[in-house]
Amino acid sequence: MEHHLLSIVTFMPAFAAAILAIFLRGDDAAASRNAKWLALITTTVTFLVSLFVFFEFDPNNTQFQLIDEADWLLGLKYRLGVDGISILFVMLTTFMMPLVIAASWNVEHRVKEYMIAFLILETLMLGVFMALDLVLFYLFFEAGLIPMFLIIGIWGGANRIYASFKFFLYTFLGSVLMLVAMVAMYAEAGTTCIGGCEVSLLTHNFGSESFDLLGIQIVGGMQTLMFIAFFASFAVKMPMWPVHTWLPDAHVQAPTAGSVVLAAILLKMGGYGFLRFSLPMFPVGADVMAPLVLWLSAIAIVYTSLVALVQEDMKKLIAYSSVAHMGFVTMGIFAVNQQGLDGAIFQMISHGFISGALFLCVGVIYDRMHTRDIDAYGGLVNRMPVYALIFMLFTMANVGLPGTSGFVGEFLTLVGTFKVNTWVAAVATTGVILSAAYALWLYRRVVMGDLIKASLKTITDMTPREKWIFAPLVVMTLYLGVYPAAVLDITGPAVAALVNNYDTALAAAEAAAQTAQVSN
Amino acid sequence: MITADLNIILPEIVLSLFAILALLGAVYTSKDKLGSLLVWLTAGVMALLAAWIGLTGEGTRIAFNGMFIEDAFARFAKVTILLSAAAVLVMSEGYMKERGLLRFEYPVLVALSAVGMMMMVSAGDLMALYMGLELQSLALYVVASLRRDSVKSTEAGLKYFVLGALSSGLLLYGASLVYGYSGTTLFSGIVTVAQEGSTSLGLLFGIVFLISGMAFKVSAVPFHMWTPDVYEGSPTPVTAFFATAPKVAAMALFARVLHDAFGDAIGDWSQIVALLSLLSMFLGAIAAIGQTNIKRLMAYSSIAHMGYALMGLAAGTVLGVQAMLVYMAIYVTMNIGTFAFILLMRKDGQPVTDIASLNLYSKAHPGRALALLVLMFSLAGVPPMLGFFGKFYVLRAAYEGGLAWLAVAGVIASVIGAYYYLRIVFLMYFGEDRSDALDRNSGGLLGGFLVASAAVMVLGIINMFGVEGAAAAAALVLVN
Repeated sequence: MEHHLLSIVTFMPAFAAAILAIFLRGDDAAASRNAKWLALITTTVTFLVSLFVFFEFDPNNTQFQLIDEADWLLGLKYRLGVDGISILFVMLTTFMMPLVIAASWNVEHRVKEYMIAFLILETLMLGVFMALDLVLFYLFFEAGLIPMFLIIGIWGGANRIYASFKFFLYTFLGSVLMLVAMVAMYAEAGTTCIGGCEVSLLTHNFGSESFDLLGIQIVGGMQTLMFIAFFASFAVKMPMWPVHTWLPDAHVQAPTAGSVVLAAILLKMGGYGFLRFSLPMFPVGADVMAPLVLWLSAIAIVYTSLVALVQEDMKKLIAYSSVAHMGFVTMGIFAVNQQGLDGAIFQMISHGFISGALFLCVGVIYDRMHTRDIDAYGGLVNRMPVYALIFMLFTMANVGLPGTSGFVGEFLTLVGTFKVNTWVAAVATTGVILSAAYALWLYRRVVMGDLIKASLKTITDMTPREKWIFAPLVVMTLYLGVYPAAVLDITGPAVAALVNNYDTALAAAEAAAQTAQVSN
Repeated sequence: MITADLNIILPEIVLSLFAILALLGAVYTSKDKLGSLLVWLTAGVMALLAAWIGLTGEGTRIAFNGMFIEDAFARFAKVTILLSAAAVLVMSEGYMKERGLLRFEYPVLVALSAVGMMMMVSAGDLMALYMGLELQSLALYVVASLRRDSVKSTEAGLKYFVLGALSSGLLLYGASLVYGYSGTTLFSGIVTVAQEGSTSLGLLFGIVFLISGMAFKVSAVPFHMWTPDVYEGSPTPVTAFFATAPKVAAMALFARVLHDAFGDAIGDWSQIVALLSLLSMFLGAIAAIGQTNIKRLMAYSSIAHMGYALMGLAAGTVLGVQAMLVYMAIYVTMNIGTFAFILLMRKDGQPVTDIASLNLYSKAHPGRALALLVLMFSLAGVPPMLGFFGKFYVLRAAYEGGLAWLAVAGVIASVIGAYYYLRIVFLMYFGEDRSDALDRNSGGLLGGFLVASAAVMVLGIINMFGVEGAAAAAALVLVN
């Protein structure tokens, strides 16, 4: 069956961006208004069309679906498709983008370019989640850097130049290593098709015989090396401790909408990469490296939670809390069992809503006071009751209160990890307590108490526009909190297949290693 | 017999005749007043020849007992050379005229050097190779010092001449050694002597000297010293010319000699070329960081790019040559756009080449800034621009050719190199507000070239406009 649904969803925002770039002239208020409306309408329509994708999708089929294919350069194929792992990320992206555009309604500086950057970014992010060709994936993955670089650099805060450079070079360095591994993969498997072709990378067994390199024995051979190369890229994108330092800088300097996109969607590309490439393609390498990754995740959770405690900038605090939550994700992924992986995907989706909402919360008061210093606030509840309520909900969700979506992800990843490595799970659980500490303390300092500061006396509560932006996020956070099956039913079969393949591949590699030993 | 031979080199004859007639015509009539007309005429003739060669040529034809080869490889290189030379000529007309540099000799010399380049890429014999190379170089020495009342320009010309003569000497010495140890100057003869594993020491020496001479022409490290000075000193349109057509010709010649003459001794030269590639990529990337003059920056950028193209060559495979050709085609397109932009940079009517003058350029000229952004990202090799595909191509070729270490090094160098391209983007978009911004001039033709080149970088990722297939055919002919 011929399907172009995915291509339509992917390229609709880019098409709108092209219209904006070519036809919209001028820099006056009317032009800005038109740009905003066109962007909002496009992202909304994209979301509606993506709902068709969602309903056409059959979760019980673990193959790639709705495949859209065409010939391309270098004998490569242009192939898009979704499976149980990627569909939710696609939906998360299309869901968040209209909110992001609506949240940027107050931007006044170069509105047209701003909207173009965000629309192109949406196309690229959707492409990352749908690409079924390695080179196509890399293309989308890397190209996302350019609009993000510009968004931070042009519309960011005071120290934006430094932040944008750090962001670019950090992530660029991470992903070029991946490029080398990609070339190696192509050379070995003879294809760049990720899945669903006659020969595809997901079904190819990459060499896993150990060998010596410069006197060091590489356990797991090629797979370990490729795993490390991909890991270098995804770990930076994720970001994992200790390569997370670009994230707080980028967040603090990015405009509110940029922060939301960064936290809600871009951070998920690393986790998606682990699920799509690292685990299924290099199971032996993943197995060799998993203990290290688990411990890095545990350290990330505890360390960044402690760092978050002492932050004085609200956005920085939330950024560090994002790193901690991503620690749960990597931990769940590298537990490699049904609970861990389900939990990791759930955590990523839920973190998309929660962290996005938290950055929007900061944006609401930043728009009014133009400062992110926690000390500058206090007692907001007196003037902003609705805001206090919404901020409360998302603070609790961030902590992982049962009934909110934050709980399900953390719980499942901890269960999954506990089965594999009790110590890591024990250390990570302290992170739950620490997250309650920094999040509630932040809430107390900003919202509770008496309204003493003179500058805050005239602050106004949320406008209807702001309430409307939060409404869908509130609904999703609570809905997923009480009915997690909405996500788990979709990911379940795909994750089960992934875990099954992973275990089979490991067993096969072990058996092969044993026969090799016996014959020696 | 002779008619058939002449028939094969007809495009070269036409271009030479045109150059001579133009020279005579201009000398006997109104001299420099004909400059503009001649520029357009020459560009037109070149474009026509490119169309002729590209559309009608097929198969492999050999003239003058193997001294001249007309095959798909030569055609690919010739079309690229002629089109880029024509583009640069058209671009330079306005700039040269404004500065009173538009002498009628300029288009004539460019046409003659193009004839030399066409000879080079078709050479099937060491003598023919040298003839083409010298014709090309002599014309280039003169155009480098076209602005004869400027110290820098004359210095550039002189430097280029002295060092160029040295490299020609190296090349000739290598050629004589090769002749001495193989008994022939024909590539088809040398290839039977130069077999893998049984190459005599003298022949090996010959190869090394030949490679050194050609490395000089493509400005690969450690034979690159002339490049930044010549790029900076020459008038900007001439620099644009240096950065495009001659590089393609020299690179094609490089491939021609290595594969046609020494194709059975790949192991003997592959390491040398790999080393040249490695050094060029790193020196180009690192030395460019400190540059404040955009022409010098482009010089180092071209050194780095030659490193990548050489990486394809070092692989010693069909795919490697194909990757090199595709890379060169993309490189030339990017450079034409970038130099169109540099020609547009002026302050108070005077051309400037200082990178700092690009401060907040995006405010004055959002369209042009965007085009340059695309080009800079493409030069840096950031996907989804076409420049990334060029890099991907050579990296893949190197990896499959067993040079994984070189591919890894190339990736690292590209990260370092990304920094200085990024710095230009950074200045244009995030710089500080200053009063001494560049003039707001109407771009006209140059703006068109800039935008077209940027558009190619974005739209080319759909199917590369068929260049890929042509390069594949060309590479197949050369390596087999």
